[in-house]
Amino acid sequence: MSETLTKSAARNIFYGGTAFFFVIFVGLVAHSVSTVNEMAINHPVTPSVARGKEVWEKHACIDCHTIMGEGAYFAPELGNVWVRYGGRDDAAGARESLKLWVKNQPSGIEGRRQMPHFDISEPDLDALVDFFKWTSEVNTQNWPPKVSG
Amino acid sequence: MKYESQKVALYYIAGALGLFVAQILFGLVIGTIVVVPNFLSELLPFNIARMIHTNALIVWLLMGFFGSAYYLIPEEAETELYSPKLAIIQFWLFLFGAAAAVVGYLFHIHEGREFLEQPLWIKLVIVVVALMFLFNVSMTVLKGRKTAITNVLLLGLWGIAVFFLFSLYNPSNLILDKVFWWWVVHLWVEGVWELVMASILAFLMIKLTGIDREVVEKWLYVIIGLALFSGILGTGHHYYWIGLPAYWQWIGSVFSTLEVAPFFAMVVFTFMMVWKGGRSHANKAALLWSLGCSVFAFFGAGVWGFLHTLAPVNYITHGTQVTAAHGHLAFYGAYVMINIAMFTYAMPNLLKREPYNQILNMWGFWITSSGVTFMTFALTFAGVVQSHLQRVLGMGFMEVQEQLGLFYWMRLGAGVVTFVGVVLIVWSLVVPGRAKAAARAAIQPAE
Ligand code: HEC
Ligand code: HEM
Ligand SMILES: [Fe+2]
Repeated sequence: MSETLTKSAARNIFYGGTAFFFVIFVGLVAHSVSTVNEMAINHPVTPSVARGKEVWEKHACIDCHTIMGEGAYFAPELGNVWVRYGGRDDAAGARESLKLWVKNQPSGIEGRRQMPHFDISEPDLDALVDFFKWTSEVNTQNWPPKVSG
Repeated sequence: MKYESQKVALYYIAGALGLFVAQILFGLVIGTIVVVPNFLSELLPFNIARMIHTNALIVWLLMGFFGSAYYLIPEEAETELYSPKLAIIQFWLFLFGAAAAVVGYLFHIHEGREFLEQPLWIKLVIVVVALMFLFNVSMTVLKGRKTAITNVLLLGLWGIAVFFLFSLYNPSNLILDKVFWWWVVHLWVEGVWELVMASILAFLMIKLTGIDREVVEKWLYVIIGLALFSGILGTGHHYYWIGLPAYWQWIGSVFSTLEVAPFFAMVVFTFMMVWKGGRSHANKAALLWSLGCSVFAFFGAGVWGFLHTLAPVNYITHGTQVTAAHGHLAFYGAYVMINIAMFTYAMPNLLKREPYNQILNMWGFWITSSGVTFMTFALTFAGVVQSHLQRVLGMGFMEVQEQLGLFYWMRLGAGVVTFVGVVLIVWSLVVPGRAKAAARAAIQPAE
């Protein structure tokens, strides 16, 4: 490497540059967080949505499914499952179908991936569906491209 | 090995290798569930086996980093470790935490965020383990010689601990949860872990090639500068579609593209040092792993990362098997290989053996690397087909998966090959070479 760059210069550039980029990053994240909080005014995380997220985490659904594209790739994307189940046109119908789906697992179909049975109470199932509905309403810059997820 | 206290590294290397085998075994289990879906579906559901697979990986890599640091730091600082006893207690506590997590998972006791499934109390144990470790190595460096290598290594290790604290924060707003989840995941592997990787690589270069320290250390600062200048804002490549403003598409695309630079620099660095160094060290296997590490990290993180990092591409491939392909090659190339490079270098010194099982170790290198490479290709093809069918044509997820069976079988085959390679690696590191055993028998007088 060139003789003009000394080790201490390289070190100082590293520290200075890292601090510089980290400050910018923190600033941008702070701005992003403020936009998220603003969105939450009209699109609040209700106690039921929060409970739904807890149910989601209790059973580690994330280690089979993706949500907004993150998680495991074993089972369908659920960030927009509310939309896929027609929740935008028929909220009551979508709610029933989603709850029924979870209750009816596993399918037991030979040669098809299985979702386990989870004992989830009726109010918790409703909370879970509220969580899916809330998630489907986040402005994801139009992701996923198709309703198939 | 110059300092008695470096020996504590043996605990960590042994623990890491054990968990490495467990990681691959659970990988085989989930690889099998994918192609034979009714396999174990009641007893050990996919999600449980997967969290064991991923957690075992992360824990053994961290354990390897700890062990590497305990080997490297006394030698660099030219002083005994501050407290070998504390290091041993730390090891058992960490192993206990890891074992408790796994047993808990098997009984469905876990939290529910990807990679951070450990129950709160285990996360706190990990924090305590990290503090014990940081105290120990920091005190060692403070009383000894301070080099750029220990400096960067400590910075990386402190960073690991600091960013891990974000795992304790779980807001009920899913968007904010994701924003800070990436502060652990991305700022680890594309931030502070790179500091650890680069500093270990620099240490190995000095030892294996005999190159001048001044040159290596200047490179080291340049490499980690490239890593953090790009990697910090590169976090933006995870902020495209999770409910954040659209500006991240520009920031993430530009800066994460630049993340290729440090990985490329590491390839140039390692090959230049070997070229210029001119020393022919007896431990050829350690050199092979070191060079392999920079090359595979460049392909896994750099090339496969770039493949899907631009926002318009990521829009289509996000959360498909393309991501899985990249995740495997990147973790293998960068962090599995840096650990095995260090173990391969350190083990003969720690055990006062000649590096005898080198040939077997190098077979392990080629077989494991072939396995992971083939797996990466299988998953990449699967991912491209999946992206097209599901994201362009709009076919349903399960329908698409049925089209991918062949790729998943190839992935499982590649996994079996990987497992064979891993067994060879572990064997070559743990079991004394036959030549050595024979030599010892010949030298030692009958008693
Ligand atoms: C062991 C893996 C696994 C776990 C854990 C899991 N699922 Fe599933 N899930 C699946 C599979 C596989 C399917 C697709 C099954 C099919 O189509 O036959 C599925 C499908 C679904 C669907 C229907 C999606 C659609 O588009 O039709 C919903 C809703 C769902 N899961 C919700 C959940 C929730 C909520 C949890 C956590 C409480 C969960 N899943 C946990 C494997 C899993
Ligand atoms: C050694 C370093 C790296 C490792 C270990 C690594 C590992 C991973 C893993 C495991 C994931 C999946 C995370 C999840 O579960 O959602 C991921 C995602 C991703 N990585 Fe990396 N990565 C590395 C470097 C890079 C680099 C340098 C780039 C860009 C050039 C990159 C680009 C991406 C992108 C764009 C995603 C998101 C994929 C998606 O949208 O689904 N990675 N990485
Ligand atoms: Fe990333």
